[in-house]
This record gives sequence, C-alpha cells and structure tokens, in this order.
Amino acid sequence: MNWQFILPEIIIAASAVIIIIADLISRKPVVTTAIAMTGITASLIIACISDTFFESVFEGMLFIDGWSWITRILLLGVSAAVVAASTAYSDKLKNHWAEYHALVLFALLGMMLMPAAGNLISAFLAIELATISFFILVGMLKTPESSEASLKMMLTGGVASAIMLYGMAFIFGSSGSTGLAEIALHSSPAFSSGLLLGILLLLAGFMFEVGAVPFHMWLPDAYEGAPTPITMYLSAGSKIAGIAVIARVFSMAFTTPAQLGHDWGIAVAVISAITMTLGNVIALQQTNIKRLLAYSGIVHTGYMLIGIAAIGMGNQVSGDGKLFFYMAAFALAEIAVFTAVIVITRYLNSDRIEDFSGLVHKSPVLFAALSTGLLSLMGLPLTAGFMAKLFIFTSAIDNGLLWLMIIAVINTVISAYYYIRIIRLMWLGKPCSESKIKLPAAPGFISLISGLGIILLGIAPYLLLKLVENIISLP
Amino acid sequence: MGILSLTIFLPGLGALILSLLPFKNARPVRWVALVFTLITLALSCYLFAAYDRSSGGFQFTDSAQWIPAINASYHVGLDGLSLAMVALTSFLSFIAVLASWSVDHRPKAFFAWLLLLQSCILGVFSSLDLLLFFLFWEIEVIPLYFLISTWGSGRKEYSATKYVIYTLFGSAFMLAGILMLYFTAGTFSIPELYSADLALLAGGIPLAGIFLLLLVGFAVKLPVFPFHTWLPDAHTDAPTAASIMLAGALIKMGGYGIFRICLGLFPSEAERFAPLFLVLGVINIVYGGAITLKQTDIKRLIAYSSISHMGFVLLGLFSLNEAGLTGACLQLISHGLITGMLFASAGILIHNTNERQISKFGGLARQMPLLAGLFFIAAMGAMGVPSTSGFVAEISVYLGTFSAGVPLAKPIAIISLTGILFAAAYMLNMMLKVFFGPVNHGFNHLKDISITEKFYLGMLASGILAIGLYPHFITGVLKPAITGLALLWGG
Repeated sequence: MNWQFILPEIIIAASAVIIIIADLISRKPVVTTAIAMTGITASLIIACISDTFFESVFEGMLFIDGWSWITRILLLGVSAAVVAASTAYSDKLKNHWAEYHALVLFALLGMMLMPAAGNLISAFLAIELATISFFILVGMLKTPESSEASLKMMLTGGVASAIMLYGMAFIFGSSGSTGLAEIALHSSPAFSSGLLLGILLLLAGFMFEVGAVPFHMWLPDAYEGAPTPITMYLSAGSKIAGIAVIARVFSMAFTTPAQLGHDWGIAVAVISAITMTLGNVIALQQTNIKRLLAYSGIVHTGYMLIGIAAIGMGNQVSGDGKLFFYMAAFALAEIAVFTAVIVITRYLNSDRIEDFSGLVHKSPVLFAALSTGLLSLMGLPLTAGFMAKLFIFTSAIDNGLLWLMIIAVINTVISAYYYIRIIRLMWLGKPCSESKIKLPAAPGFISLISGLGIILLGIAPYLLLKLVENIISLP
Repeated sequence: MGILSLTIFLPGLGALILSLLPFKNARPVRWVALVFTLITLALSCYLFAAYDRSSGGFQFTDSAQWIPAINASYHVGLDGLSLAMVALTSFLSFIAVLASWSVDHRPKAFFAWLLLLQSCILGVFSSLDLLLFFLFWEIEVIPLYFLISTWGSGRKEYSATKYVIYTLFGSAFMLAGILMLYFTAGTFSIPELYSADLALLAGGIPLAGIFLLLLVGFAVKLPVFPFHTWLPDAHTDAPTAASIMLAGALIKMGGYGIFRICLGLFPSEAERFAPLFLVLGVINIVYGGAITLKQTDIKRLIAYSSISHMGFVLLGLFSLNEAGLTGACLQLISHGLITGMLFASAGILIHNTNERQISKFGGLARQMPLLAGLFFIAAMGAMGVPSTSGFVAEISVYLGTFSAGVPLAKPIAIISLTGILFAAAYMLNMMLKVFFGPVNHGFNHLKDISITEKFYLGMLASGILAIGLYPHFITGVLKPAITGLALLWGG
C-alpha cells in the first residue's frame, strides 16, 4: 500500500476524529481550535515537503501529481483562514464548536481528495464527502434561514449527485471503465455519442458544485443562511476544489480525440458566458452583502470556466497554471473580503450593505482590507485579480475563444459598478455611530496576509505562475 | 533605477508617505505634497533639458523583466512627445497642489490621491510596454474617482461613477485590443512592435479590428463624440485641482495613445479610417462649440470648450502629415496650459464668491483687475489669438488638414474654421458677463488674487505666451518623433 502519499489527508481525518473525542474530555473552544490548527499546519508542512512527481495510488483511484499537490496546499491555506476567522463567530456557534470544526476538516478532506481523483468513483466519493459536510455546516446556526438554506442545498445537491452518477454510468457504459486514464485510452481515436452524453451529464453535476448557471439557485440562499465563515469556505474552498476536480477529470479523461475536447469545451464556454453575465446582472440589484458576494462568486465561476473551456479546446492533458493562478487569486480575494465582512457584520449585527456606510471612520484597516479584496475581485491593475484575468483572457484567445474573452471583458466593466458602490459607501457615507470596530488578532492577521498577498501577486505575478507551471509540467 | 523611473514613482512615494504621516491638520500635509511635486517638476525639467534633440528616439529608457511568461516587461522611456507630456503633467501637478492650498477637508487623503494620480499619468506617458501602459491607464481611475466623489461639488458621486464606468468601458475594449495585438506580434513592447511588420504577422486576425478596439479606449478618454458625455459632468463637479489634472493632463492620454499606438502601429488602417475620424473631429469642434455657447455654469462652459478643442487634436492626428501631427501635439500641450489656467481661475472665482452661474457675476474686473487680466490671456489662448500657444497649435492643424491627402479633408478643414468663431463667441461672452458689464454689488467686498495665486497663474500665462511666441521651444523636442511618424504616409 502507498499510504505515505496521502499522509496530509490522513492527518486531517485524524484531527477531525481527535476533535470529537477531545470534546468529550474538555469543552473549551480553545482546545478545539488549537487541534484543528495544529492538524492543518502539520498537514500543510507535509504537503509542502512531499514531492510532486506523478504517482498512481490505490490501483489508480488517486493520482498524486503537481496538480493535486498545488491545489491541496491552496485548500489547506484556505481552511486555516476559515478556522482562524471562525474565532470571530464563536459566540453563535459555541454549542456545536467541536462538531463544527470536525465537519470543517471533513469537508477539507473531501476537497483535498477531489483534485487527486484518478477514477470517477473516487471523484464522486470525494465530492460527496465535501458536499454532505457542507449541508450540515450551512445549517449549523439552526435559525430558520440557515435550516432553509441547508435543506435547499441538500435537495438540489441530491439531484445534482443523481445526474452526475447517471452521467458516470453512461461513461462507464460506453468506455467500459471508470478510471480516467482508461477512459481516455478507450475513447481514442473515435468516441461514441453515449460518451458525450455521459460527459454532459457529468458536467451538469459538477456545475452544481461550482455554482454555475443554471445550477446556481442554491448558492445565494446558502451564502446568506450559512455562518459567514462557512460562506467564506464555500466560496474560497468548495468552489476552488470544484474547479480543480473538473480540470482534473476532464483534462485527463476527455481530451482525446481532439473533437471530443472541442465538443465539451464549447459547451463549457457557453455556460461560462451565461454564468458570468447572469450573475452580474443579478448582482447589480443586491442589498445584502452576502448575497452580493454570492452572485459575484457566480460571476467568478464563469471566469474560471473559461480556463476549463480552454483545457477542452486546447486538448490539454493536465491542469492549467493560468487557471490555478486565477483560483489562488480568487481565493485570496475572497479570504480578504469575507474576513472583513465577518468582523464587520458581527459588529453591526446586520448583513445589509447600506450599514457599511462610513466604515473608513470605524476601522481604516478593515476598510483597506475589504477594498483591496473587492478591487481584486473587480480586476483592477496592481491586484492579483487583474493578473488572473489577464492570464485567463490570454488562454481564452490562445484557444480560439476570442468571443468569450470579449464577453468576459465587458462583464468586468459591469461588475465594477457594484464593487465600487460598496467602496464608495464605506468611504463617503456617514457612519451610523462614532464607535470604532475592534479588530481581533486572528482575523486581523488574515486580513493583513491576504491583502499583502493580493498586492504582491498583482505586482509580481510571475513568482507564483512560474512555480505553478514548473510543478504542473513535471512528469 | 534611472532618473525617469524616479520621476514616475516619486509622487507615488509621496502619496504613500503622506498617508502614513501622523499629523491631521492641513498645513504640513500640503507642504509635503508641494515639495514632492516640486522635486518631480525639477526632475522633469532636467529630462526636458537633457533630451538629445538631434538623435531623437526613445531616451532615458529603463527596463526590467516583469512577467516573462507573457513577455511583458517593465520598460519606460521618452521620445519627444512623451517628454513634453511628462513635463506638462509635472508642471500642472505642481500648480494643482498650489491651487488646492485652501483644501481642509480630509487634506491628507486629498493630497495623497492627487500625488498618486500624477504618478499614474506620468506612467502612462512613459510606458514603452503595452501592459504597463494599460496598468497605469487603469489605476488612474481610482484616485480620480475619490478626488471627484469626495471633494467635488454638485452631483459629485454621480459624476465620479459615470467617469469610472465610461473609462472602464473604454479600457475594456482597449485591453481586448492589446491582447489581440499581443497574440498577433507576440510582444507587448512598443519599440519592438514599431519595427515588426504587423500586416505580415496578423494571419487570421483583422488588424482593423484591433485598431478600432484600441481607438475606442482612447476615444472615450479624449473624448471623441459620441463618447464625450462623461466629460462635462466630471469636469464640472470635480474640485479645482482635479479639474486641472483632468482637463490639463488626463484627457491628453487619449490623444497621446492615438499618436503612439493607433497611428504608430497601424499606419494603413489609420489611412483607411482617417475620413471617419476627421468627420468625428469636426463634429467635436462644431457641436462642442455650439453647446458651449449655451452654458450658464462657468466650469461647465470650460469643460464643453475642451470637447471642441480636442476636436482639433483629432483633426490634426488624422491629417496624417507633419503639419497636422505637429499641430495636434502642440494642441495637447497648449490646451493643457490654457484649460488648466481657465479652471484654476474659475476655481478662484468660485472659491471667493461661492457662485458659479455666469449670469450672477458682473463687473468683477473692478475688484479683481489682475485676475481679469490673467483670465483674458487664457481666454485669448482658447480663442486662438496670435501670440498665444492656441494660435500656433490651431493654425498648424488647419495647415495640416488643408494639405492632407485624405478624402474629405478640405471641406472638413473649412467647416472646422467655424470652431474659432465659436471659441471667440463663448469666451468673449463669458469674459463680458463675468468681468465687465453690469456690476453686481453683492461682490463689492472681493479682493484681488493673493500672492500664491498670482504666482501660479503667472506661470501658466507665461507658458501660454512662451509657446505662442517661440513655438520651437516645444516643436524642437517634438520634431524627431513627428517626422518619423509622418514618414509612414510619405511625410
């Protein structure tokens, strides 16, 4: 057996179990947070020092390679930020503090396995592990909104899983295997229409995971009803993992022959165009910050799907460095934004955007962090978001998707309106009270790191891009 | 780090230092801002003096690797036109700080944004890499947005947002154009693009498409009819300093971009579309001039006159000959000084009287003879009276358009002559109503301009007259760049 390759995952699973057991002995929140943080840190260290060569583990169920290496590290980083940001939410969650953290780690386990999947079955299991954990996490507040969001997510998620399984059945039926490498071997040089049907059904299931139109309905409700750290987790974690698993499965299994990649590539490109446009139009009318960020997240799903479409059109057989750069930049921006939003909404006890008025007088640091994050989401130069968009646009043109790039560019302009509206309100608006917001240490630290990261990647994107492209191109 | 990079980033450094300084009141803040703009001005003057006019080309270049994956680099340098624009920007920034001496609402943020704006504009004029150019072009939106929306007047937030949306709309097209250009030629470097044969490289991508995408971005900024509607709002509602920067330096980025990128890289497309842009130019001149006549708000009037004057730039650029290009470039600089001065004077008037409707003033020359006199110099410049820079610029544009080989050029040149008529009408009318005519006794207490105001208005006036009397002062620097470009269409 080759257990050593999934040591980081094992540590996460063990930490989750330890948290539940430790909770029986001591119910101090500090203990739980400390175990979760230690587990994630240990896992992160081992993930970083593990090598990045391709390795097929458990009879091809998992592929450990550059793509899974780099996404694993990103997801661990996101989870660390979520655990730290959750400390600002401790009073609302104190009755389920240990369960909450255990589920965060189980979701993380699922998400870490997603991009490493080497087989449709393991991909499905990883996705389900993550989604089911999220169903519970979203309903954790036990308020009517929270429960409704959880139920909605579970129902649509259940349907999506069914569709995904149906698609997998078709793929198995027409290729005789569920292993990604075997499917690719079988479908070359010719493929059947059953395979294409299976791919499209599978795609529909995946679209649920990342919240692309028309499978996005659950997303705004879930974002609004969930505890805000979980909203951040859904956005910066689950979405990233979803894109990563799509990139993995589709690039490995469905890019030969060229015509096959081209067929689903176009489908993804169309979904991408609809997703970003619709998301933007609805985002314009939002008054609740979490709903607005939900729609903004949908728009960014659209942008990331450009990268997936480019994989299909270009018949790449591995993940894409530029796509990863986008995922990392998006995760950084979401962490910066949501951390600030968590602190602010806890202080204001309100999610309405108009209550953010005059925030610059209440806390210049939070204003700076939130603005940096929003500007990066908007794609202003000197932020990571600009470079990410630039790279994703170049890969669109590179793969003959000029029309998609033009739609994306226009959408960027539309999105500027609602991002700038928030910044304007925070800068110009009258504060509702004179009191200052106290910034707790852990969220403050995350704000600082993510803000600096956004600027650093905006000025010197090559630091990350070069690293990623080197790792992904390894054998 | 070379002297040019230092010039570009010094104001930005000043902005950073200002925002970190501990004190709250305005006095030390504006002195710090003044020192930074003054040093930048001194450096720009040095660059202007040190530029080797006989060899031309891009000088003071600085380059460093930036994103090798897409072949983008940090690459700055100056040729004649960019040098003149850099000098103009530094000069106007210095004046804008002096003109904001009385700002005391959140002064630290105000001067920090102003300095950051200067850095961005200097960056646009110096970039020799299209991605870097775009970067500076795009960030400039943020400081200006805050300047207008926070320290402006009237419908300031509406105007600021409108400005941002228009600019982002234009730059979205520009980015698409830049990326397509990159995929055609495989580089963002402007000097490399100059020496490449785009028509040969283009393959499937139509060059005309790239040309038009880029041009939309520049046309919004210049602004060219029908993309001009953001300008009156933004200029009118901006604080004086932002109006000076906006009208003086910022909209010049549009003309500069057309010169540097659209004409320089796409000579045959420029020739193909020249009649269209000549027509748009003359619409700018005549339509802009006609609307200006109807304005009742002093700042709005100056703003609309800018639209008319920018028409001359377009006309000169698309004459595609040496006289026209010289005229266009001169107009960029001359209009920067003239409109800067008009806005500065209008700012003083509005600050002292709390009034901006032209009809409410009257007979102010009695109390403020010096301001009236200086204002008159700027107004003469705007009318294109001989011995002012406006005259030199506009006459070159006319000469260029008359002799242009472009179809429709001659009738257009004749129609555009009415621009001078319009300018005389609205400027004289405004002078008459504000400084002469029936006296408004409500303003009897007014004092003439202070020593600071004398100083900076005097500097602007001498600039206008200096170029008017001795244009070689500027054309000497411009000549190598323009001659080189004009050769693309046979001189």
